[in-house]
Amino acid sequence: MAAPRAPLHLVTPVWNRGTRGTRGLSRAVAPEGSQKKGRSLLQFLADRFYDVQALREYLLRKQVLKVHQKNRPFTYIRERFGPHAAGAYFILKQGGAVKFQGKEWIRSDARGHFSLDFLKFQAVPVEAVDASGCAINYQGLDSVCEWAETAGLFICPSVVGSRKDHSASPPPPTVALKELQSLWLQRCPHVDDWCLGRLHPLANSLQELSLAGCPRISERGLASLHHLQNLRRLDISDLPAVSNPGLTRILVEEMLPSCQVLGADWAQGLPSGPEEQSRDTASPLPA
Amino acid sequence: MLRRALQPGLSRGVLGRGLGTHRGRSTLGKVEGSGGYRGSWVAPVSSYVTFRTRDPTHDGKTVGRLGEGDQNGKVSEIKKKIQSVLPRGAWNPLRDTSYLPPEHSDVVIVGGGVIGLSVAYWLKRLEKPQGAIRVLVVERDHTYSQASTALSVGGIRQQFSVPENIQLSLFSVEFLRNINEYLAVVDDPPLDIQFNPSGYLLLASEKGAAVMESNVKVQRQEGAKVCLMSPEQLRNKFPWINTEGVALASYGMEHEGWFDPWCLLQGLRRKVQSMGVLFCHGEVTRFVSSSSHTETTSGEEVTLRRIHEVHAQEEMYLSRCPVCGPGPPSPPPLVPAGEDGPQPGVPACGMCPRDQCGRGLVWPDRRAGWCREGAPWHPAGHPAPCGAEEKGPGLETPFVIDASGAYFRREGLGNNYLGGCSPTEEEEPDPGNLEVDHDFFQDKVWPPLAQRVPAFETLKVRSAWAGYYDYNTFDQNGVVGPHPLVVNMYFATGFSGHGLQQAPAVGRAVAEMVLDGHFRTINLSPFLFNRFYLGEKVQEHNII
Repeated sequence: MAAPRAPLHLVTPVWNRGTRGTRGLSRAVAPEGSQKKGRSLLQFLADRFYDVQALREYLLRKQVLKVHQKNRPFTYIRERFGPHAAGAYFILKQGGAVKFQGKEWIRSDARGHFSLDFLKFQAVPVEAVDASGCAINYQGLDSVCEWAETAGLFICPSVVGSRKDHSASPPPPTVALKELQSLWLQRCPHVDDWCLGRLHPLANSLQELSLAGCPRISERGLASLHHLQNLRRLDISDLPAVSNPGLTRILVEEMLPSCQVLGADWAQGLPSGPEEQSRDTASPLPA
Repeated sequence: MLRRALQPGLSRGVLGRGLGTHRGRSTLGKVEGSGGYRGSWVAPVSSYVTFRTRDPTHDGKTVGRLGEGDQNGKVSEIKKKIQSVLPRGAWNPLRDTSYLPPEHSDVVIVGGGVIGLSVAYWLKRLEKPQGAIRVLVVERDHTYSQASTALSVGGIRQQFSVPENIQLSLFSVEFLRNINEYLAVVDDPPLDIQFNPSGYLLLASEKGAAVMESNVKVQRQEGAKVCLMSPEQLRNKFPWINTEGVALASYGMEHEGWFDPWCLLQGLRRKVQSMGVLFCHGEVTRFVSSSSHTETTSGEEVTLRRIHEVHAQEEMYLSRCPVCGPGPPSPPPLVPAGEDGPQPGVPACGMCPRDQCGRGLVWPDRRAGWCREGAPWHPAGHPAPCGAEEKGPGLETPFVIDASGAYFRREGLGNNYLGGCSPTEEEEPDPGNLEVDHDFFQDKVWPPLAQRVPAFETLKVRSAWAGYYDYNTFDQNGVVGPHPLVVNMYFATGFSGHGLQQAPAVGRAVAEMVLDGHFRTINLSPFLFNRFYLGEKVQEHNII
């Protein structure tokens, strides 16, 4: 029932560079055909030598650790400058952009540098976050939502979720403040269904969410968006892992009645005769 | 070619040390020249394969001391080693017997379902140094046609009443979320367990409302994201629900849902095979053990046993074509050597001296699931063909468990639902028969669900199946840990319907117990076998 995906082989660029110099750097997710020759040699060697196998496993683990390293929480900054600044720093470090309430967008430049002026903003809430293309995963989103929770952005009156690491009693329910309103997670390679389940603390404030082009999001994760009752714009176009885009869009529209859902046309996927309908990718969100 | 030459060498134990890599401790045990095991010259003729176990790390749990009789053992060991090097010994360069299970191994795991594979995985992952122990998994049906794992509904939740269960479930969620880091195999595609993070919704009537509230308090303390909802909030959130008779509901916001258990099983299998765990396709028939008599501190006589051999009836020539299983399920296979007769479902517990504790503890329970098509659904903007119809639960439907015990969840996008109910102990059908009883659906499953969700009055049954619960009749909680009288046997069973969702965490706990002798991460001492002797129930109330 799920959409068939090309098998993602975790190829390590470092190793390929070592064996075949002419091949050059290969991407982490490579289509199967081009890598067949190289991989069968590697596989041959890995099947016969424990050392080669161990080395390949080590390189694979290193790749995974790299993503974890990018998503580490910045606890010092959070303690010193507050949760809003910490979250903004995290997003900017990943290569995204942040907009504080009443201020302009802050982005990092091509070399990854950004100004640290925002650290001076005390308790100015973050209004919009653009994490498109960033390597943010569940752990990173966890820290973003955590600072949203502790900043009192949103606590559902019937949920007083205390975590194990907070030794104090759970924070008292506060009136929901209009704070994080837009979250753009377009083309993020590590955002998956688990991450969507993590967004429920932002329910009272989030009005715009964009998930276009994320390769790991499927209709199962979209089902958990029903917590976000204040959502007004949702972009779920171009999700390759969704098995039936048209039907999914209709179901999501039913689930979130006051939300405008940008996605595939509902007629797409219906048998339409010998001609294949061209894929209708939604236009990018208006600025 | 190089690898094949390596393998028989490695299986020789001390003598087959391998090329330059330190493989840790040698596997202990005695080599027998009877054939039928890896490295044998003679073709296997008998249908019995014997292999021995010895757990060198187990220590210190016994009351008295066990005499080993080392002197004689050493001499015969040396003799056997010499024999194995000479022609007609264990080393055999010409015949490839690598498909046969080994003669001896350090740990033998009976049962290759999700719990057994999880234990194997964590043993291999936590062993120090890497490659130190040899693990063998004995599974009687490689197609898993009647295994609880394959027939499970696949839900995972933290809404339990016992804190240890909540912790197990939380760790398992973390394992599943990072499954492609835990179970990554180089060059194999990543796993997609198809997790639906839709949450669980438990409904309680007036009677159960107070219990539910205290349960939710415990759950929140452990870190589960659960909230309580009043009937009005329920109606607002899920308009398709009929809240008549519902006093309180608990809803899991995160880390709860359902997934594909088959994918988890295959992922574990693939990973443990790559880590070097060996498989035996057969059914364990008996244990051969030695016993020693000791005295407790109060002067009572106690018999301690140590298992030396595990006998398994192997399916001949089926290890290469695992298509046909060994036949209809037999009653639980373990007939302990000479002790109290076989207790149904009790995994080799016949060695305990007092016979009232072991009887009927863990029972294969049958429960059935039905896949149903809901009310016909129409895309927005299209007229319904035959008048107004109740709209079925949509995409946001959680796993709903009614106060009566019936449950259902959404399945896929096509307005299909999966539901079922566990029979009570009085209505329990014959465990040997997995035929679906459709009358049970008509009488016990459909009425409460149709009352709860009015749209279900028009549903049609599409398919049905029945599966087993490893039901612990004592307190519906798992049995984890060592047997107090059998020195080298450990349990991981009796999870009464939530084995799948606790499998990763239980596997780790058992591996820690086997390797270190105590629980390290999650303390499962309330689930030890001793509670049956002491009569201390750790009752789990939230059982589906």
